[in-house]
Amino acid sequence: MVAATARPSVRERAALILGRAAGTAARQLGRGGGTALPGLVAGVLAPRLLERLAQQAGQGVVTVTGTNGKTTTTHLIAAIFRAHGVQPLTNPSGSNLERGLVAAYVEDAEADGRIADAPSRVGVFEVDEAVLARLFSRLSPRVAVFLNLFRDQLDRYGEVDSVGEGWGGMLASAGPDCTLVLNADDPSIAQLAAGTRARVLMFGIDDPEARLAEAEHASDARFCRCGGRFAYEAIYMGHVGIWRCSSCGDRRPRAFVSARRVKLSPDGSRVEVDIDGAVVTLEIPMAGLYSVYNALAATAASYALGVPATTIARALAEAGPAFGRQERFEVEGRTVRVLLAKNPAGLNELLRALIAGSPEREPIHLLAMLNDGVQDGQDVSWIYDADIEVLAGRPMTVTCSGGRADDFALRWHLAGVDPAAVVPDTEAALDDALRRMPPGARLDVVATYTAMIDVREALARRAGVGAYWEKAER
Amino acid sequence: MTPAPPERTIRVVTLYDDVMNVYADRGNLIALEARAAEHGVGVEVQSVSLGDPLPEDADLVLIGGGQDREQRRVADELAVRGPVLRAWAAAGTAMLAVCGGFQLFGRWYRDASGTELPGAGVFDVTTIAPGPGAARCIGDILANVEIEGVGEVVGFENHGGRTYLGPGGRPFARVEYGRGNNGEDGTEGAIFQNAVGTYLHGSLLPKNPALLDWLIAAALRHRYGEGSSQALIEPRPAPYAERAHAASAAVARRRSPKFEPVVK
Ligand SMILES: [Zn+2]
Repeated sequence: MVAATARPSVRERAALILGRAAGTAARQLGRGGGTALPGLVAGVLAPRLLERLAQQAGQGVVTVTGTNGKTTTTHLIAAIFRAHGVQPLTNPSGSNLERGLVAAYVEDAEADGRIADAPSRVGVFEVDEAVLARLFSRLSPRVAVFLNLFRDQLDRYGEVDSVGEGWGGMLASAGPDCTLVLNADDPSIAQLAAGTRARVLMFGIDDPEARLAEAEHASDARFCRCGGRFAYEAIYMGHVGIWRCSSCGDRRPRAFVSARRVKLSPDGSRVEVDIDGAVVTLEIPMAGLYSVYNALAATAASYALGVPATTIARALAEAGPAFGRQERFEVEGRTVRVLLAKNPAGLNELLRALIAGSPEREPIHLLAMLNDGVQDGQDVSWIYDADIEVLAGRPMTVTCSGGRADDFALRWHLAGVDPAAVVPDTEAALDDALRRMPPGARLDVVATYTAMIDVREALARRAGVGAYWEKAER
Repeated sequence: MTPAPPERTIRVVTLYDDVMNVYADRGNLIALEARAAEHGVGVEVQSVSLGDPLPEDADLVLIGGGQDREQRRVADELAVRGPVLRAWAAAGTAMLAVCGGFQLFGRWYRDASGTELPGAGVFDVTTIAPGPGAARCIGDILANVEIEGVGEVVGFENHGGRTYLGPGGRPFARVEYGRGNNGEDGTEGAIFQNAVGTYLHGSLLPKNPALLDWLIAAALRHRYGEGSSQALIEPRPAPYAERAHAASAAVARRRSPKFEPVVK
């Protein structure tokens, strides 16, 4: 690293001060926490701030990308490093475009532009999958984590294939000083190993018990890069599983970090993991098989940077949820859990997690919130790709809410689950959903991004917890 | 108690639904099955994918949109199947071809490199992919259908290709909010007998119950003959669908540009 301790220029220091002022002002006005604004302001004034940030983290940079699980995985890696005695430098609460990364620098820098204890710190950043190709060489990560690639917000990205192609081009220039942490079970991720000189560390699940009885509908990677079709020995979710190409013979590689025994429950998972021959048991306090993948990715990434397996296991068991990802609130004698669902694969996994290990007779109480803002995806078609039908026949109450509550209600109706009520307004919908369930029961809120922000704020107020920017930034 | 089997059934063919499904067009089949059951109409679904033979006949054909890579594979096969599909459409088979499926049911599709993919030729339309600088047509859309009793349809469009009607082509609808076939002439989709091609997803059929009923009725007429008592369906309310339609229409009116014809 050439300019590792280069002093920020006068212009860059000025940009930092103005950026920080913008963040403070936004918070004082109570507007959305201002998590991206400081980065936006500073980034415009000094376009090379991002490189300064990356260069200062003496222990290197970890990037985390993929369609689902970025925020949680980043949060877990940061928790593991804290347990290891290394202070992470990280971007707050899913602010994963360039301005969000610069915001992390703005908030942590001293007045002279330096980050305290920079040589002993590690950068852990979630990066939007469509933006990573542009930022990769500027961040030059020591470890780059690729979680999965599902269809998501096609109104924003165009097509799934074009995101994967952008990654392929970017990795052609990565060298052996970079380690790619790849999901062996997602062929569109695992096949990234072929076109790069970077080191590769695969993670995956080797437990046939965890497979789906029936394939889901929202399956994306059907074709190999050779043009052949994928066949599956086991499918864990969507197109993720034990795959092989029927034409060129490429197959799911051996996983270096491999989950051998997966036990799911409504509150969390217990997983036996083989790390290159050594077996550790991970207790993951988050529900769903997708949370297992996030934990495996975090394990592989921190192991690649020298964190011992025992430290990893201890940190994962104690890690709380990331912002809006299975966070729990106690409201009016009931537990409310907030689950972010923004695409079919994510919603399918949430629904499976709700069912996993819970008795058939036990009623499920759900508040289902669908918004259609830019951050949610303006096109709400995706709800038809989710297999909501898996809940039909279960005892449950569903309240539909959000700006597109009527679209969501129609989807639930067609899936064989008629909503108990359709209430677009967030506060009124919460009242309605809480009224329909007995004290002591749990309400699960599945919500798209902006709906999650709204409902989380309402819940935090009712539960007497701090607002989102107070929690999200440290 | 098991319900008595329906006295009438329509034969539905879904084409390439394992690859042409990128905009959740599966919702169209979900809505069709649910609505047909309400009308007391059974639905036999045959899924036909790459390399599978077509059945002898069909009352209703559904095809959705795919990604470029997948559409190229489908195009080769659809061109070969064009004569059968055209004969079905001419004989009154109901069809719904959405987005990429609509493009491939046209005469040809010229991609960004200038290569022409032949289509099935059900509709007299051609589609041109604009150069790399041109914006995709993305957004909420509201259009008025020229079929009696169907009226307004709402959905979401997301397409790069610009589609133009040939001399024998009729538009499915006129754009009120949004862009439609090409953003220039105000036409949306194409219709030939009971075959509809359109850019609207959302999914389309769940929240456009009048169009859904029209397709079911057309499929029944194809199966049982014009004027047969088995081909009639009674009007019935669709409260969830009607509310979702109204909500989506309000969004399109608020968020999409009112269509203005381009004067050249
Ligand atoms: Zn292959």
